[in-house]
Amino acid sequence: MTVTALVSSVGAEAALAAEAVAPAEGVFTLTWLLIAFPLLGAAVLLLSGRRGDAWGHVLGTAMPLASFVVAAVLYFALLGRGDEERAVSQQLWQFVEVGDYQVQVGLLLDQLSMAFVLLITGVGTLIHVYSIGYMEHDEHRRRFFGYLNLFVASMLLLVLADDYLILYVGWEGVGLASYLLIGFWQHKPSAAVAAKKAFVANRVGDLGMSLAIMSMFVVFGTTAFAGVLGAAEGAPEGWLVAIGLLLLLGACGKSAQFPLQTWLLDAMEGPTPVSALIHAATMVTAGVYLIVRSGVIFEGAPVAATAVVLVGTITLIIGAIIGCAKDDIKKVLAGSTMSQIGYMVLAAGLGPAGYVFAIFHLLTHGFFKANMFLGAGSVMHGMQDRVDMRTYGGLRAVMPITFWTFAAGYLAIIGIPPFAGFWSKDLIIEAAFGRNWVIGLCALLGAGVTAFYMTRLFVMTFLSDRRWAADDHPHESPWIMTVPLIVLGALSVVGGVLLEFGLPGLPGIEPWLEPVTGFEESPHPIPPLALQLLTLAVVVIGVAIGWQLFGRRPVPTAVPRGNVITVAARNDLFADAANEALLMRPGQYLTRSLVYADNRGIDGAVLGTATAVGGLSSRWRRWQTGFVRSYALSMLAGAVLVVVAMLLVRLP
Amino acid sequence: MTFPWLTTLVALPAVGALLVALVPTGRDRLAKLLAVGVATLVLLLTIGASLQFSVGGPRFQLTERYEWVGAFGFSWAMGVDGVALALVALTAVATPVVMVAMWHEAEDSGRRPKGFFALLLLLESMTIGAFAATDVLLFYILFEAMLVPMYFLIGLYGGPQRRYAAVKFLLYNLFGGLLMLAAVIGLYVQSIEDGRGTFLRQDLVGIGIPESTQAWLFVGFMIAFAIKAPLWPFHTWLPDAAAEATPSNAAFLSGVMDKVGTYGMIALVLPLFPDASRTFAPVVVTLAVISILYGALLAIGQTDLKRLIAYTSISHFGFIVMGVFALTSQAGAGATLYMVNHGLSTIALFVVVGFMITRRGSRLVADFGGVAQPAPVLAGSLLVAGLSGLALPGLATFVSEFLVLLGTFSRYRVAGVLATVGIILAALYILLVYQRTMTGPARAETAAFPDLRGREVLAVAPLFALLLVLGFFPQTALDVIDDGVGATLAEVGVDDPEPVVPAQAAEGNQP
Repeated sequence: MTVTALVSSVGAEAALAAEAVAPAEGVFTLTWLLIAFPLLGAAVLLLSGRRGDAWGHVLGTAMPLASFVVAAVLYFALLGRGDEERAVSQQLWQFVEVGDYQVQVGLLLDQLSMAFVLLITGVGTLIHVYSIGYMEHDEHRRRFFGYLNLFVASMLLLVLADDYLILYVGWEGVGLASYLLIGFWQHKPSAAVAAKKAFVANRVGDLGMSLAIMSMFVVFGTTAFAGVLGAAEGAPEGWLVAIGLLLLLGACGKSAQFPLQTWLLDAMEGPTPVSALIHAATMVTAGVYLIVRSGVIFEGAPVAATAVVLVGTITLIIGAIIGCAKDDIKKVLAGSTMSQIGYMVLAAGLGPAGYVFAIFHLLTHGFFKANMFLGAGSVMHGMQDRVDMRTYGGLRAVMPITFWTFAAGYLAIIGIPPFAGFWSKDLIIEAAFGRNWVIGLCALLGAGVTAFYMTRLFVMTFLSDRRWAADDHPHESPWIMTVPLIVLGALSVVGGVLLEFGLPGLPGIEPWLEPVTGFEESPHPIPPLALQLLTLAVVVIGVAIGWQLFGRRPVPTAVPRGNVITVAARNDLFADAANEALLMRPGQYLTRSLVYADNRGIDGAVLGTATAVGGLSSRWRRWQTGFVRSYALSMLAGAVLVVVAMLLVRLP
Repeated sequence: MTFPWLTTLVALPAVGALLVALVPTGRDRLAKLLAVGVATLVLLLTIGASLQFSVGGPRFQLTERYEWVGAFGFSWAMGVDGVALALVALTAVATPVVMVAMWHEAEDSGRRPKGFFALLLLLESMTIGAFAATDVLLFYILFEAMLVPMYFLIGLYGGPQRRYAAVKFLLYNLFGGLLMLAAVIGLYVQSIEDGRGTFLRQDLVGIGIPESTQAWLFVGFMIAFAIKAPLWPFHTWLPDAAAEATPSNAAFLSGVMDKVGTYGMIALVLPLFPDASRTFAPVVVTLAVISILYGALLAIGQTDLKRLIAYTSISHFGFIVMGVFALTSQAGAGATLYMVNHGLSTIALFVVVGFMITRRGSRLVADFGGVAQPAPVLAGSLLVAGLSGLALPGLATFVSEFLVLLGTFSRYRVAGVLATVGIILAALYILLVYQRTMTGPARAETAAFPDLRGREVLAVAPLFALLLVLGFFPQTALDVIDDGVGATLAEVGVDDPEPVVPAQAAEGNQP
């Protein structure tokens, strides 16, 4: 077997560049099937029309399942290879070759993309199964599965592409699927507006992505991972900072990070399985993937890396504050998602000290947040699709499976050992303290606030007194919805332990990822054990406050007035108002005045043109000299004749 | 003697137009079928001609030349390079599609369809002729002559303001044409001074025109092409013409015919006036960036569906012109591919909007709403056409737009960045119109909309298929196009900027 060394060894930091990428052989030639299955599913479901209504959801679920099977086979095949030989590339076809710019449609399967592929296809399949039940009574269920399949295919392309331009195709594909699914119930104006808002916010991010890719071409003459990341160390720092910040802008759009975060809350207009799959477990984490994958660039651009840390920190606080004030169960979870992705982005900004933890938290978050969103969907299913937690309460008794699985997710996200979130979030807080006290304190505080708002949600929904409407008959969801809940609930319990320690023969997340992302122990200004206890204490305080406020006294069904912070948080910290005042209003004014000016300009221009034709032609006639004149004259005369004739011949 | 492919491609639709015009009055269906038959035959012949074209072959292929007026050095000279071939192919694909879409439009404006279809065939003939002409005077004649059938198409079959729009269209374009005529004559004078009077493109390239003269001639050609394209500030005729023409005519006008303008820039202006092109490139790029942003902003503010699409076209023409004058291989190839893709995308948009207008009897965005419920396929078609308009990756328009941006950015950073802002505005103008017309609760006026019929699907499906195929496999088209663009840039004498730190390992991932 020939193993092509990409570039000379450039040290542990540039791990990807040093990684040896082998051409796909044997079972790895099946890599393309990962994307092909769901893509085929989407095509069939969207083109079959009503003929496909009867079997659409079955095909739609079978396709990601098939991809998951392929992914599992590939995972074990990768395990069978040495640590440093787990990167495999499959080149499919030449996408673009113009001048010196070459782009291959190629797939790179390595430890990092493998982790995502398993998450996307695994959690994705569970959510497809759940949707069979959740969307059972929707007349457009086939179309829904078609869009979901399109999403899975695009997301897999995003994480498997080995060229930034091809990644961008997947990047926009998931954006399209997100747009279609947020606006799935497009007869609701709110859903249609939310879908558009998500797309436009993402396009602002895409401005960064596009310019980053163009800058890569200007600097490196290529946009392939191998070329860009391999040569990044020798590039001028100014360019690296520019590329890093532009990539960060792209990541902010996709991952709902400050200042492009507001669309995620509106995105909850989409059906709940969509929120679980796209707006919690997978798509919104694409920004984290992008930053980790481009690590070498950020390592060469400390300014950009610091910006990443700041954005992550700000967003983790913003999201947590918003989560505290919302009464809509899905919006609390959306604020929480924003906040948790903030943790991941923070970790990704720390460089090799944080990459592994970012991905670790991304995976555990994928389990417990998908679990809780599906749980929220199950609750809504039983509560006539209402989302206001003030009308829930005491659902523990009537929805036992939903309750217990949600409890697992709850304990996982607030970071109670040994549940999944404990392992990954603690590592991020430790690494944050290793970088900077302030960042560390923010991360620590965020954990406490998370514990508070999740306790609030959990108590208001499952415990406390019953505040149901008279015609509510809450009931447990059918097995097709509870089975995925049970699986994800189990992963919320043991997922963290599994990823931290691995199993005999299966490596944990850190040794698995290290050959790609590199790993570097961060300094510990506080002894880890002390910090863990401190974090736990903060979490317990958060839980206690939540219990004190919502568990020990009745929850009012009417919305209380709330203090200034609560009101601000209910309004998403006025981010929408700011966008409206700073961008939308001036934009509308600009377009309106331009339209007015352009319409006014027309008559004047026509008149001017008519005069000019007459004036110029007579002047040219004099200007032409020599024997050319006669030709010119005859031609001009002909042309003028045509004009005159046409103007005289009145159109009937 | 080899088969005269190009002359046949010009002659066949012209003869077809005559035959359609001769169909006895009253046999409307026969006239339409005959027209579609001829257009389809032209498409098949174009495929045949394309198969004769070899990438990496001579600069111009399928060449023919018949001396016409020997004393002037004027001849019927035809030949195509990759750029011209791509645009001939676009014309051949677009014409039958537009015909299927415009099936009932003449009757809807209370007229016989015979002349309507005959005029479109005549227009096809002249457009193909302009793309394939390698004699500058012949190009000019066709460039001007094609105004006549379009003038009648707008003026006879259009909306209530059609006469005003038709006259304005004609005046603007004749004005440009007259400037160009002067420049053509000036060019001829230069060839005489060089030794032998000629209008042949190949002989005119490299006759060494003094720079000051080049500047004048450049301006003469450019204004004509900038009006045709149209570029800001010469754009105001297009929204009127497109709004008043029938949707299918508007589709052909901005989708195909206006490409003669951008084609003229890359195929004539650059190689004939290389020094002036390099000198004026920053000016033209600036105007193009203004077009991109201005067109997009105005599109956002429109209340009339057809005007809206016309303004999006102005924005897209900005991208094309910017790509041509960035003078890099990526931007040039991107711009040429953009001409083809914009044709497909804009025709799809106009045609779908036409279906909406026929159903509602109104062009105003505000008169629609909730259409997705009664007519999901119609809504889906508007969305797909719209997404191609906002250059979504996976669709053909993305490849061309991105190459234009990338190629421009590699030479003009500020222009590249400003133009990229256009992608946000594009999302706004497309998604706003989709939201306003298709989503929301069903309205009484739209609740009974029938979904797309077989004929209507037949019109848009080939466009969508091409946009998808070219979106994922653009290289086949790019190979052909790059063959012409590369040669053109060599004639201008420019090289692509070098990367800052070339990545040697760029090919390392290929086993």
